Amino acid sequence: MTKTSIKCLLATALAAFALPSFATLSILACEPEWGALAQELGGDKVSIYNATNAFQDPHHVQAKPSLLARARSADMVVCTGAQLEIGWLPILQQQAGNARIQAGQPGYFEAAPYVRMLELPSSIDRSLGDVHPGGNPHIQTDPRNIGLVAAGMAQRLAAVDPANAAAYRANYQAFAARWTAALANWEKQAAPLKGMNIVVHHKAFVYLENWLGLKEIATLEPKPGVEPTAAHLSEVLALLQRQPAQAVVRSVYNDPRGSEWLAERAKIPVVVLPFTVGGSERAKDLFGLYDDTVQRLLAALK
Amino acid sequence: MDARRIPLLLALSAMPLTAAADDVDIRALRDEVAQMRAAYEKRIDALEQRLAQAEAKATTAVTAAANAEAAAATPPPAAPVGTNAFNPNVSLILSGLYSNLSRDPAGYQITGFHLPSGPLGEIAPQRGFNLGESELGLSANVDQLFYGAMNFAVHPDDTVSTEEAFIQTTSLPQGLTLKAGRWFSGIGYLNEQHAHTWDFVDAPLAYAAFLGGQFNNDGVQLRWVAPTDTFLELGAELGRGAAYPGTGRDKNGSGASAIFAHVGGDVGASSNWRGGLSYLTTAPQDRQWNDIDAAGAAVTNSFTGSSKLWIADGVWKWAPNGNANVTNFKLQGEYLRRSEDGTVSYKLTTPGSYAATQAGWYLQGIYQFAPYWRVGLRTERLDAGNVDYGGNDASLLRPDYAPARNALMFDYNPSEFSRVRLQFAQDKSRQGVTDNQIFLQYQMSLGAHGAHKF
Repeated sequence: MTKTSIKCLLATALAAFALPSFATLSILACEPEWGALAQELGGDKVSIYNATNAFQDPHHVQAKPSLLARARSADMVVCTGAQLEIGWLPILQQQAGNARIQAGQPGYFEAAPYVRMLELPSSIDRSLGDVHPGGNPHIQTDPRNIGLVAAGMAQRLAAVDPANAAAYRANYQAFAARWTAALANWEKQAAPLKGMNIVVHHKAFVYLENWLGLKEIATLEPKPGVEPTAAHLSEVLALLQRQPAQAVVRSVYNDPRGSEWLAERAKIPVVVLPFTVGGSERAKDLFGLYDDTVQRLLAALK
Repeated sequence: MDARRIPLLLALSAMPLTAAADDVDIRALRDEVAQMRAAYEKRIDALEQRLAQAEAKATTAVTAAANAEAAAATPPPAAPVGTNAFNPNVSLILSGLYSNLSRDPAGYQITGFHLPSGPLGEIAPQRGFNLGESELGLSANVDQLFYGAMNFAVHPDDTVSTEEAFIQTTSLPQGLTLKAGRWFSGIGYLNEQHAHTWDFVDAPLAYAAFLGGQFNNDGVQLRWVAPTDTFLELGAELGRGAAYPGTGRDKNGSGASAIFAHVGGDVGASSNWRGGLSYLTTAPQDRQWNDIDAAGAAVTNSFTGSSKLWIADGVWKWAPNGNANVTNFKLQGEYLRRSEDGTVSYKLTTPGSYAATQAGWYLQGIYQFAPYWRVGLRTERLDAGNVDYGGNDASLLRPDYAPARNALMFDYNPSEFSRVRLQFAQDKSRQGVTDNQIFLQYQMSLGAHGAHKF
């Protein structure tokens, strides 16, 4: 065994037994994109735990014991809101015995109020499927929303942890500058995507479509949250004969069968989008997420 | 503005007075002074104007920055809403059942287990069409300190009971939560979950035999979640203990107390688990049950004493990458062991000492094999254990029989809010009776989106 590998082993062993650092602000992020954003803004002042990963449907997560344990110690919870987490977050708030993360406390941060919500339903009825009264909650598919939420989150971090307020402000300014540059770059790259017709699995990409000027022809789900049925897929296929689309788009956590069935028959590619940080090899952070999203869509045009 | 000019003017006007008194000179000087004054005044005005402009500019910049920040960082005000905006969340559970039993359920008993007629009525199966238990729930935050919830159960016979009605703290420090009112006890795994979230039509036999199906209590409950990355929760309860295995009582103090511990965590991204250990003590007084005695006569006996119940429970859930949408699996089991000590009054008149230790367990697995479709198997058994009737040993029967039941269920869940279930069971809870059962059930939830416990 070489000296370096012994050192590595020692370091790993030490890391495994190291106590959690109490000096940092402990943040429980409902979805990885907010975890990644909090990391950008918090730097070494925060420690992040993501409640879900990119392969999970954030609508359907359980208030499992590991999340209760994390919610107990969290100084702050950062979530999408708009009732995306309604099936599990209220249980965490009720059972974790943590006053800091209750609704209305500074330690409870929702991203949705900082952006302009799309698909605000004019009427609410469960027969319409899984409709969210606050609008479509998948706001992270438009990077401009990330920029808006970043401003709000930076302010909130400073409010929750005033001792490090200056650091959060500085991190935000640095992030905002990088983000603006990156945005311009993505928009330049994505110019050919404008007007591209797509079919989506779930209504998860309205913000992306709005950003890049994509046109959603159909959804594979007959109703939001209802898995594709054979009859509905056939209807979509028939629709594509009249109104062709250039790709079928789904997120990594969607069941691949519906999009593959349609892609094969309509002779169009399936674009699997990372959807959030960690959803693909390249989506290691927020910048990688949109790099990869744009590249994958562009690849479908070729 | 004037105050600033005065010293300058004084200085300017004082200078020429010492010069020669020649008229022409004086006039020339006066003109000069007037010109200077005019020139200075011009320059001062200009300076002041520039200052004012700069100040105004700075203010505008600050305001603009503040506005920009506010626009970006302040959520837009929520839509105005009426006075009913504070109405609590309302949820309604509707359920219905069709049961086809091969044997007559009349006189249903779990052989060897002394259930009073009340809980027995709750757990005994019924034939034909049945309105299942409908449930109406109201819940909301009371204020910044408390949360409150109430659940009514409307039973098929048109009686209404209060399953739960409690308040709970939301803001205690150190991971503490205090609950008061009526609540399902935190013992075991299944006990705290509402019946409509169970994976089978009926409660396990062990829950039926030892808890009358499900145990709720009037009192206080304190829970503490440890500040560790592995989930650890401890709980303690004090309550009236009016529900079986306890009995109604009119006494100061507590009639039922319980303690429980839960631990849990993740194994990789795909698996998570929870294990628990619970202990419930109750003090039943004159708990009556109907029985057949050694002579074959129908009799009513009663028990007074102490009842201690241990529960060990475990659940393991698996879903590929933690995504349960397409396939997932849940394995769940509990072991219950009860010791009772005290006095049994045979025919309510002949007291004798009583000591019994009995146990039971169930193990079930639920597999979702396709979106919306699940299949489940449950196997369970009770152990009548050692029963000592003391002086009444000759009068009362001690059947050597182990009640058992196996069930197979399929359910279809077209959304989070609806479920249709088919269940087959072979029930051998009565000695000498094998009851083949078929159940068809629906369970639907309306209103506020439920958030279910793990």
